[in-house]
Amino acid sequence: MSVVPAEVLPGGALAADETSGRAPAALGPRARLWPSLCAVYRAQLSRARVARIPLLFVATFQSIGIMILMRGVVDGGAEAQAVVAGSSVLVVAFVALNLLAQYFGQLRASGGLDHYATLPVPPAAVVLGAAGAYASFTVPGTVVTAVTGCLLFGLPMTHLWILVAVIPLAGAALAGLGAALGLLAPRPELATLLGQLGMSAALLLGVLPADRMPEVVRFARDLLPSTYGVEAFARTFGEAPAWGFVLGDLAVCAVVGVVSLAVATWAYRRAAVR
Amino acid sequence: MCAVRGLTKTYPAVRGRRGAPGTPALRATDDVRLDIAQGEIFGLLGPNGAGKTTLVRQLTGLMRPDSGSVEILGHDIVCHPERAARILAYLGQESSALDELTVSLAAETTGRLRGLDARRARAERDAVLDELGLAPIAGRPLKKLSGGQRRLACFASALVGERPLLVLDEPTTGMDPVARRAVWSAVDRRRAERGTTVLLVTHNVIEAETVLDRVAVLDRGRVIACDTPSGLKERVAGEVRVELLWRERAPLEVPEVAALQDRALESGRRWTLRLAPEEARTVVATVTGGAAFAALDDFTLATPSLEDVYLALGGAAQKGLVKA
Ligand SMILES: Nc1ncnc2c1ncn2[C@@H]1O[C@H](COP(=O)(O)OP(=O)(O)OP(=O)(O)O)[C@@H](O)[C@H]1O
Ligand SMILES: [Mg+2]
Repeated sequence: MSVVPAEVLPGGALAADETSGRAPAALGPRARLWPSLCAVYRAQLSRARVARIPLLFVATFQSIGIMILMRGVVDGGAEAQAVVAGSSVLVVAFVALNLLAQYFGQLRASGGLDHYATLPVPPAAVVLGAAGAYASFTVPGTVVTAVTGCLLFGLPMTHLWILVAVIPLAGAALAGLGAALGLLAPRPELATLLGQLGMSAALLLGVLPADRMPEVVRFARDLLPSTYGVEAFARTFGEAPAWGFVLGDLAVCAVVGVVSLAVATWAYRRAAVR
Repeated sequence: MCAVRGLTKTYPAVRGRRGAPGTPALRATDDVRLDIAQGEIFGLLGPNGAGKTTLVRQLTGLMRPDSGSVEILGHDIVCHPERAARILAYLGQESSALDELTVSLAAETTGRLRGLDARRARAERDAVLDELGLAPIAGRPLKKLSGGQRRLACFASALVGERPLLVLDEPTTGMDPVARRAVWSAVDRRRAERGTTVLLVTHNVIEAETVLDRVAVLDRGRVIACDTPSGLKERVAGEVRVELLWRERAPLEVPEVAALQDRALESGRRWTLRLAPEEARTVVATVTGGAAFAALDDFTLATPSLEDVYLALGGAAQKGLVKA
């Protein structure tokens, strides 16, 4: 089939061992962090358009359903604020934690990581690009849930702009956790299970009013990164929000986000070379 | 340009859980030695489970060998597996990373991740999609394509962002002849213009004979032969392959046919025999005349193919390799 014998090719020589004693050839370019992060982000976002939109609806309806149920249980005030904030952040947990854990778990099990591992791309770009895209999918659902919640419980919408900070920071923390779980789980079913458990925890611990829970559960609640996103958001519904505490809660999200994304990047590196 | 010495990899034993039996440790590549020259289309041929994928995963830095060395263009891939990504493009057996992207975005993203800037990536994407005839389906997600189209789209991604070495794991599985031809002419063009080297995994004998410069036959992790396809065939040049296709079953009541049964490789109604030329002539005379002829549906006489070489070398899979 070949029309060209190998001997006449540019630089071609069919002698064995011809490499020894020659200087190593120049390497191809490395993909830089920022452009490759953008490329991964864009690709992941387009995946969402194909496959994830129905799931986004599920996430939003789930949160709205929970708020409707809770309307009979809580009687306005601080509890209503917690329910609306919890349900909104639950959308983030559903997509960023649960779906991302599933995605990375499956990618790893099916050998899909090979594709990225044989490209000269920094591990952080793959993890951050995917986490960023998954956090972005949550924006419409979270906003719709928050607005619906405000209407249902008669809360002010004055400070809903805080979502601009809550979504990326809670998103980073939860997506980092999801990616790390997906990449560290030895089997994909386990990754799915962990993602689901994480989301259930966010649901139970984030939406249900904290002061009705036993001490142990409240401790678990303090360990979950989504809690701080919920608290930051809930505080802004007050008459005069304590902005210092809001910032403090958001800072916790940011720190957890940095740590969990670093762990996820490490996990990716570990998973890529078996 | 690529030198492999003493490459060995053993998959560890897995202890059985309740009910399910464990698997013993398995030496998937065993002291493999290869030398691939620049501009060569070098093939790895072997049956399922021979260790071809395991071998190329070690060459691409995806898997650490237990022992042995891999040197590509002067770089030690065992010590610096991350350099492999900057020397070679790899087309794996799986495509799950790209499945939900459109053909065009898959190619463009891969180019970007191979270090091209946005404009170059788009330009190369368009060129490669045109070259492979993928332009009409460029906007469709890989998941919604047929198996052969998807494979071709993955191959396109492997070509965006030029590399001096292409490592292709069964690139043409599921492709029709037109797509196959597109693949081989794209490979040939790169080789002619840039001296690109290709390491190709296949278990398709016909493909191996037509496109490869040299081929290493792999069996249970070991290289059992390495030569040009015609050089390998010379080893069995003294033999002829006779295939007999019986109508319903072999007429074992005919003594001459019964005598052949031991030497035949049976698969359903088909018997395959490797014989010296005179013997073959006798066999053909026997089955085309007399009592056996009534039971015969068809027969062929052929010069040996790589498949016969493989069998003559004592390959484990006595049923032969998969044919196209
Ligand atoms: N991750 C793994 N763990 C344990 N054993 C494995 C693993 N991957 C492959 N094997 C075993 O190693 C052997 C070689 O597998 P490999 O995938 O390299 O074969 P192959 O030659 O590529 O086959 P095919 O033609 O089917 O692609 C097989 O016996 C296989 O069962
Ligand atoms: Mg294989």
